[in-house]
Amino acid sequence: MRKWKMALAILVVAALVFTMVGCAKPAGKNWVVGFSQIGSESEWRTADTISVQNAFNEDPSFTLIYSDAQQKQENQIKAVRSFIARKVNVILFTALVETGYGPVLQEAKQAGIPVVMIDRDVQEADRGLRLTIMGSDFVKEGEKAAAWLGDYLKKIGKDDGKKAINIVELQGTTGSAPAIDRKTGFANGMKDHPNWKITRSQTGNFTTAEGKAVMEAFLKADKKIDVLYAHNDGMALGAIQAIKEAGLKPGKDIIVIGVDGVKGAFQAIVAGEQNVTVECSPLLGPQAVQAIRDLRDGKKLPGRIWTIESIFDASNAAAALPTRQY
Amino acid sequence: MAILKSLSRAKIFWPIVALAVLMCFNLFFTPNFFRVEIKEGHLYGNVIDIIKNASPIMLLAVGLTLVIATKGIDISVGSIVAISAGVVAMLIGGDLQGVPKYPIPYAMGAAVLVSVLAGMWNGMLVSRIGMQPIIATLILSVAGRGIAMVTTNAMIVWLYAKPFALLGQGYFLGLPFSIYIVAALVLLTALVTRRTALGLFIEAVGINPTAARFAGINAKNILFGVYAFSGLCAGISGLVVCSTVMSADGNNAGLGYELSAILAVVLGGTSLNGGKFYLLGSLVGALIVQTLTTTIYAFGVPPEIAKVVIAMVVLVVSLLQSFKFRAMVAGFFGKREFSV
Repeated sequence: MRKWKMALAILVVAALVFTMVGCAKPAGKNWVVGFSQIGSESEWRTADTISVQNAFNEDPSFTLIYSDAQQKQENQIKAVRSFIARKVNVILFTALVETGYGPVLQEAKQAGIPVVMIDRDVQEADRGLRLTIMGSDFVKEGEKAAAWLGDYLKKIGKDDGKKAINIVELQGTTGSAPAIDRKTGFANGMKDHPNWKITRSQTGNFTTAEGKAVMEAFLKADKKIDVLYAHNDGMALGAIQAIKEAGLKPGKDIIVIGVDGVKGAFQAIVAGEQNVTVECSPLLGPQAVQAIRDLRDGKKLPGRIWTIESIFDASNAAAALPTRQY
Repeated sequence: MAILKSLSRAKIFWPIVALAVLMCFNLFFTPNFFRVEIKEGHLYGNVIDIIKNASPIMLLAVGLTLVIATKGIDISVGSIVAISAGVVAMLIGGDLQGVPKYPIPYAMGAAVLVSVLAGMWNGMLVSRIGMQPIIATLILSVAGRGIAMVTTNAMIVWLYAKPFALLGQGYFLGLPFSIYIVAALVLLTALVTRRTALGLFIEAVGINPTAARFAGINAKNILFGVYAFSGLCAGISGLVVCSTVMSADGNNAGLGYELSAILAVVLGGTSLNGGKFYLLGSLVGALIVQTLTTTIYAFGVPPEIAKVVIAMVVLVVSLLQSFKFRAMVAGFFGKREFSV
């Protein structure tokens, strides 16, 4: 028994020493970066985490301390406090919810540690406490989808500006920012096309299963659907199966538009079943590393850093497919 | 009148009334709701969709009916669905040409086996450790989703192996294949519980486990058995769920299904207080739940208020089932004599 206790004590001391070594701030240009992620609730989030981890691990002048909050705000606040105590150089932070981070951000500010938000922002009142936010512009994604549809309809000669174009919409989770903004963005794009009409709009909760079930009902209620606009690829892929079961050809009889750019969507585009996906990239790592490098070099960061994103249809999907990571 | 009276005494009467009312609403207010066509050699229409999409909940409800009959509850079935879907998807593999990594029957067998083990874990906690069922199954409900995520590496796994699609998307004699799975499971369960004394034993354990034990029933084994069976049902349900969308999503597969299935069982007339159980009632309950969802999609209820509408309908259906409430309404209209 005694021996065990002794061994345990040695282990604890060793662990402490190692932690302290880890804590010591590297001299000169070496920076320690704390990253508080909200969890791994979707594969988008997983890809996001891996991208940030890989990008920082590739550069030896950075040390990344990663903390997974497992969908709990208190874990996140604890993590940020521990980053402050360890005197990291910069904190990367994805806010689980918008409110409640004021005090801890204030503490970071007092400690002189800049905070860079990733993907999800804090509420308006607290935005003065963080340095910048990097992420996707969901409204722009909706606008891009509408613009692509305009060009495509013109190209295939289906839209004469008068004949009604019937669009059905599969919304994301009701009340979530991407669902609200992608709907708004698409509606903005529709303003130039008075003959476009959203005939049905229902939530598919961003899931394949619900996307399919909703589309099944749409197909039975309306005989004439020209376009499907889904707020994410998962729902679009479910809807494609429903369209096939209805004896129609997805991509031809009904134009299918998705958002996100997941691998499954690329495969569907190559197979001719989906027409387009507007990328919403979780691969923020390289851009984050670049931003932190700029910060280290004393450059000023813009108040909002948009993710570099493109749009993929039959013309470029096949070429991009092998390089897709999520 | 006398016929109606004796009819309304049957437990299945009120769930069927509720389903009929929902259907009537659609008959009048949702255009083309009942139109059934033949497409690609099978029946095609909203009603067929309801049967098809209710299958996973029906499968869960069969297992849950027996669990609830013992005065227990199993809230882990949604997570077991995700585990089963994850296991079968990983074993079949995401090969684009549709070549399965392991033969499809083996993959399915493994997924169901894992689910039964999960059910046995619940059964052990409840029957041997004596844990409260809601807590015992809460553990797996939370941990199960984690297990599903680890199984699928937190990614959505897409399947391209055509034969596997039969389970959730295929048709046999014009009807969705999944409904035959439900029928087979219900027939077997009814046979085993009603043609033997097992059903009686289960009800006895639910009404009074101590008395059941003194009567010579091995209550512990009965409890263990129903949870294991619930795991089996959830495993089969997971296969159907995975096949329906040909993908396994650890985060979302079966999410919230446990609540729908519990609702189905309760709407079907089985009391959460244990005792008598009604397998057919649970199936009708599942049909009510799915009809409601399909109605919301077909009628075009805006998503912002859809949940409220569902809650209202569930409230009305539950009130319809309540003898006290019906007696109250009857009393209000001055009709003293009212059928039970």
